[in-house]
Amino acid sequence: MNLNGKTVTLHDMSLRDGMHAKRHQISLDQMVSIASAMDEAGMPLIEVTHGDGLGGRSLNYGFPAHSDEEYLSAVVPKMKNAKISALLLPGIGTVDHLKMAKDCGVSTIRVATHCTEADVSEQHIGMAAKMEMDTVGFLMMAHMVSPEKILEQAKLMVGYGANCIYATDSAGYMLPDEVTAKIGLLRAELPSNIEVGFHGHHNMGMAIANSLAAIEAGASRIDGSVAGLGAGAGNTPLEVFCAVLERMGVETGVDLYKIMDVAEDLIVPMMDQPIRVDRNALTLGYAGVYSSFLLFAERAEKKYGISARDILVELGRRGTVGGQEDMIEDLALTMAKEKGLI
Amino acid sequence: MSKKLKAVIIGPGNIGTDLLMKMQRSEWIEPVWMVGIDPESEGLKRAEEMGIKTCATGVDGILSHVIEDDIRVAFDATSAYVHAENSRKLNELGVIMVDLTPAAVGPFCVPPVNLADHAKNLEMNVNMVTCGGQATIPMVAAVSRVQPVEYGEIIATVSSRSVGPGTRQNIDEFTRTTAGAVEKVGGAKEGKAIIIINPAEPPLMMRDTIHCLTESEPDQAAITESVHAMVKEVQKYVPGYTLVNGPIFDGNKVSCFMQVEGLGDFLPKYAGNLDIMTAAGLRTAEMFAEEAANGTITLPARG
Repeated sequence: MNLNGKTVTLHDMSLRDGMHAKRHQISLDQMVSIASAMDEAGMPLIEVTHGDGLGGRSLNYGFPAHSDEEYLSAVVPKMKNAKISALLLPGIGTVDHLKMAKDCGVSTIRVATHCTEADVSEQHIGMAAKMEMDTVGFLMMAHMVSPEKILEQAKLMVGYGANCIYATDSAGYMLPDEVTAKIGLLRAELPSNIEVGFHGHHNMGMAIANSLAAIEAGASRIDGSVAGLGAGAGNTPLEVFCAVLERMGVETGVDLYKIMDVAEDLIVPMMDQPIRVDRNALTLGYAGVYSSFLLFAERAEKKYGISARDILVELGRRGTVGGQEDMIEDLALTMAKEKGLI
Repeated sequence: MSKKLKAVIIGPGNIGTDLLMKMQRSEWIEPVWMVGIDPESEGLKRAEEMGIKTCATGVDGILSHVIEDDIRVAFDATSAYVHAENSRKLNELGVIMVDLTPAAVGPFCVPPVNLADHAKNLEMNVNMVTCGGQATIPMVAAVSRVQPVEYGEIIATVSSRSVGPGTRQNIDEFTRTTAGAVEKVGGAKEGKAIIIINPAEPPLMMRDTIHCLTESEPDQAAITESVHAMVKEVQKYVPGYTLVNGPIFDGNKVSCFMQVEGLGDFLPKYAGNLDIMTAAGLRTAEMFAEEAANGTITLPARG
């Protein structure tokens, strides 16, 4: 693979996707110190919100240690060069949250929908574009449909005003050929002024390989998280990815040693559990299940005595999509009843 | 003289047609008119085949028939944007408006929780909240009538096929309106609503999760009894309303997991979310008719 001379924008997820792994309990001090250290290392874009995006505060997903507004107000003023992004899932957050984020100084809004439901994002993408924000359409669980379907949905989002489209491997299910096909079709068919991005999870151990395939196929933005702090087995570990890209001659603007230090000195020490491809995280990737279901399934296992792996496989079989965390306890209860455990 | 109240349905789409089919079985409401804006629309043709009068020139086209046909109830299944005008014009002629749009001009109505009050007060415009609201607010109320609820949260998961373009273009209206009604009707101090659209095939049945945080330790026996009683109330007009799991207690958190299967009239059975709206709307009008027949309320006088 020859990527020599390409330029890529890296986008850190550790303070948003990482919120899943931290049960949304990252402190304001941790947010500020990690974001500042990444800024110092040259990370161009950093996402900060509840793991389920603006307005994610809920019993369903978890009450965060602080509100989105508190996190954003704490982090944004401390940035020297890095820009801050916020995620918004229509159906969970609203345009009111979006305006709040804009007022807090957020410059990039990423509006996320399931990969077949882009038409719920018209209001939000339209509003962000109208406010002249960097507006990203984020198609989740992109492994579930064909490249043609992803393209069709991407075109809707571009029509609403998005200037960048992501194919998002929320389940960490994809293998490199699939990434190549999906990113390649988006790059070939979307207007050249529309950027294409890829967001991976490491559940099958493919996050680095998939992200490289995405760059080769034309993606110019790649998500990852420093030390891999994200849902499931985490996102593409950015310090590793930076080293790989440096060897391959891809320009990121990120200082390798500094980002390695952020990973080792700041992020790894605050992990509640090792972020790795353990059997449950692997099951997410293998069964094609939304990565943030991991800790919920493990909690249901403890509470009802049904193996997290069995729960996750069944969730995959039923075609659950992002945000259906409430299904996990419901399903565990039903399975426990069937087994005569309750 | 028939005790039935005569009705007009505005909006010949999926909701309007399903409502018409249910209304044809009603002992209290008689469908007379279906109103649309497109003479070629499938919905108007269907209504005509089902033997009711149709009008393709909007609400203005039937105003002159309201008195001569003795229309007493209107169901608005159009959009929030035109509802206020539709309601004003028909209210002026003494027609009670059941609003199935998210306009929320009138008070929210969730039949087993507050319909009786609205009927007694002869509210001339009642709003049916949202599908998610109809499916979940009875459960919030079932907890809050036992003890104070400081926070109520509902998650409605619906099949992609059952979510029309109107809801999609304004999904924020769903979350805002539902959250507001979780507070105002459900009785939670703070309300939150989440909607998830799932494209699985075959389409999944509507499912809903309700979480309440009670202010003090939940009275498990009383809440369980209240929840089961409320489920029975909803089943009177939506037989496929089922408590799948719960109530489950975890500290002060009370959780119920519901499934809503529709009757499969015009809309498929999986579209319990649409069915519960039409069933609740019809139930609402029926209660007004019952109260009028009992003499508890007096409908606006007509010469």
